[in-house]
Amino acid sequence: MSTDTTATVPTEAPAAEAPPAPPAKVVFDVQDLDVYYGAFRAVRDVSLQVHQHEITAFIGPSGCGKSTVLRCFDRMNDLIEGARVEGRILYHGVDLYDPRVDPVEVRKRIGMVFQKPNPFPKSIYDNIAFGPRLAGMKDDLDDRVEKALRQAALWDEVKDRLKKSAMGLSGGQQQRLCIARAIAVQPEVVLMDEPCSALDPIATARIEDLMQEIKSEYTILIVTHNMQQAARVSDRTAFFTTEVNPESDTRTGLLVEYDSTDKIFSAPSDERTENYVTGRFG
Amino acid sequence: MASPPVDELTAPRVVPGGDGSALLGSGSSRRGDSLFRWVALLAGLVVLAVLALIAWSTTKEAWPVFREEGLSFVTSDTWIPAEGKYGALAFIYGTILSSLIALVLAVPVSLGIALYANEAAPRRLRKPVVYVMDLLAAIPSVVYGLWGVLVLAPAIQPVYRSISDAVGDVPVLGWLFNGTSGRSFMTAGIILAVMITPIITSLSREVIATVPPAQREAAYGMGATRWEMIRSAVLPWSRGGIVGAVMLGLGRAMGETIAVALVIGSQAQITAHLFEPGDSMAAVIVNQFGEAAGTHRAALIGLGVVLFVVTIVVNVSARSIVGRFDRRMRGA
Ligand SMILES: Nc1ncnc2c1ncn2[C@@H]1O[C@H](COP(=O)(O)OP(=O)(O)O)[C@@H](O)[C@H]1O
Ligand SMILES: [Mg+2]
Repeated sequence: MSTDTTATVPTEAPAAEAPPAPPAKVVFDVQDLDVYYGAFRAVRDVSLQVHQHEITAFIGPSGCGKSTVLRCFDRMNDLIEGARVEGRILYHGVDLYDPRVDPVEVRKRIGMVFQKPNPFPKSIYDNIAFGPRLAGMKDDLDDRVEKALRQAALWDEVKDRLKKSAMGLSGGQQQRLCIARAIAVQPEVVLMDEPCSALDPIATARIEDLMQEIKSEYTILIVTHNMQQAARVSDRTAFFTTEVNPESDTRTGLLVEYDSTDKIFSAPSDERTENYVTGRFG
Repeated sequence: MASPPVDELTAPRVVPGGDGSALLGSGSSRRGDSLFRWVALLAGLVVLAVLALIAWSTTKEAWPVFREEGLSFVTSDTWIPAEGKYGALAFIYGTILSSLIALVLAVPVSLGIALYANEAAPRRLRKPVVYVMDLLAAIPSVVYGLWGVLVLAPAIQPVYRSISDAVGDVPVLGWLFNGTSGRSFMTAGIILAVMITPIITSLSREVIATVPPAQREAAYGMGATRWEMIRSAVLPWSRGGIVGAVMLGLGRAMGETIAVALVIGSQAQITAHLFEPGDSMAAVIVNQFGEAAGTHRAALIGLGVVLFVVTIVVNVSARSIVGRFDRRMRGA
C-alpha cells in the first residue's frame, strides 16, 4: 500500500511539478488493481491516473507485469483463460470491468498496437479499412484510410500499392501500418506494447516521431523496456518492479512510482526507481 | 577432429586450427546432406514413376474403347454393352453431381465443427468432439453404404416425396428437388457427405490451429466479435489449407466406390432431378467389372482413366488457385 500515496492523490502531486499545460482530463483512473492468472497474482496494487492527450509510459524489468496491466485497459486479458482482475479501472468514470460493459465496445474505443507487427494477410487498404468496416463507418472509407496512413507517416511510401499485400512491407512499415490500423477508427486511446522492440533504430525513431505527432488527438499508453525511449517520448512514467513472494517461489509485479517523466528520471522519490533509471539495477 | 589446444582457456578466441580451416568442415556433414537430397529426390521420382506407370498401363488396357468410341466415349451418354455402345457421360455426370452434393453438405458442416472445436467449444468438450470425428473417419465405407441402403434410403424416401410435392411449382427448386427414389443422386451425396466430413473437419482443424495468436489478437484488439475475428483473421489465414482439405474430401468423394454403388440406384441417366437414381464411374466399374470382357472391360478401365484424369485436374487447378492466392496475400 505504500505506493498509493504517490499515485492516487488526484490533484496536487502530478499537476504541481512538471507538465506546464493546464491539468489534463483524466481518461483512466486505476484503483488498487490486482491481476491474476489463475491462482497466480501477477501484479498487485496498481493505482494511477492516465491523462488525456498525454503519453504515459510503463517501464520496469521484464516480467513485472507491464503488458499484463496494459492489456487490462482494453480487456484483452479476457481472452486468456483464467485471467481476472480485482480493483477498478474507471474509464471516464465507468468501471471497465463492470459486468454490463461489453469488451468488444471497449476495444473499439481503445486501440492496441502489439509488440510484433501483426498485419492481416490482406491488402494494405483492407488492413486499414478493417476497423472502420467493423464499426460500420462505410462512407468516405478512402479518406479514412488515407488519413490514417498519413497520420502514421506511411502514406507516401504505400500510396501506389494500396491493393498490394501488407505482408510485403518491411518490419517498420508493418508496425506503422498497425498503428494506422489502430487509429483508423479514431479511438480515444492507443495502447502500445513495446511497439519498437522488433525494429531497428531508424524505424524506432520514426515511430517515436509519429507518437508525438498524433498525441494531440489521442491518449497514448506505451510499454517499453527502453528507458531512453520512455524519457524521450512520455509525459508521465510508471515504474514497475517485481517482488519475490515469501510463501512461494513466484514473483509479483507492483507499481513502485508514478510521476511526471522528468521527475522519474531526474529526482525519483523511491530508491528502487532511482536504482533502475540510473542503471544500478538492484 | 583435432584435439583442442591445451591453453584453450587463456588463448585468444580463435578458430581451432588458427587459420579458419575448421570452418570448412570435415565433409561428412555435407555428405549427409547430399545423401539426404538424393534419397528425397529418388522417393519423389518413384512416386511419379508409379503414377506414370498406372496411367500408362490403364490407358493401354482401355485403348480398344478409346479407339472405337473416340471422343464420344466422354460425350455420349449411351452405355449399352450388348450393342457395343460405350458412352460414359452419364457416369461422369453422376460422379460429379453426387460429389458436388456431398461438398455442398459437408463443407459448411465440417467448417462449423472445426471452428466450434477450435474456437468456441468449452475446453472440456474439445477433445470429445475431435475424438468422435476421428472415429467416424475410421468406419469402413461399406458400412456407410449398407447403412445408406438399408436405413437411410427407405427412411428418406417419404421426405423426398414431400419435398418434391412442396416445391413442385417453384421454378429451379421444383426442377432440382424432383423425383421420389430412395436410392438417388441425393442419397449418394448425403452418404458421401457423412463420409468426407471427418476428413475435412480434421484437416481444417489442424490448419485453423496454426493461425498465429497475434492474428487473433489483431482482430480482437480492433473490437471484433468472435465471429468477426474468425472471418477476418482465422479464415483468410487458413483459406489455402481449408481449400486443400476440401479438395482431399472431393477426391475421396469422387473415388468412393462401394458406398455409392449401393445407394445411387445404378441407373445411368443425366437429369437435374436430384431425387432420381443415377450412376457413377466408380460404382459402375464395381458393378459390372465381374462379368465384363473384351471392349466392355476396356470401357470400364477407360472409366477409371477418366476418373483419374478428372481427379488430377481438380486437384491441380485447386492447388494453383490456392497457391496464387496465398502468394499474393502472404506477400512472400
Ligand atoms: N498468459 C499468461 N498466463 C500466465 N501467466 C502469465 C501470462 N502472461 C504473463 N504471465 C505472467 O505474468 C507476469 C507478468 O508478465 P508480463 O505482463 O508479460 O510482464 P512484462 O510485460 O512486464 O514483461 C510474469 O510473471 C508472466 O510470467
Ligand atoms: Mg511485456
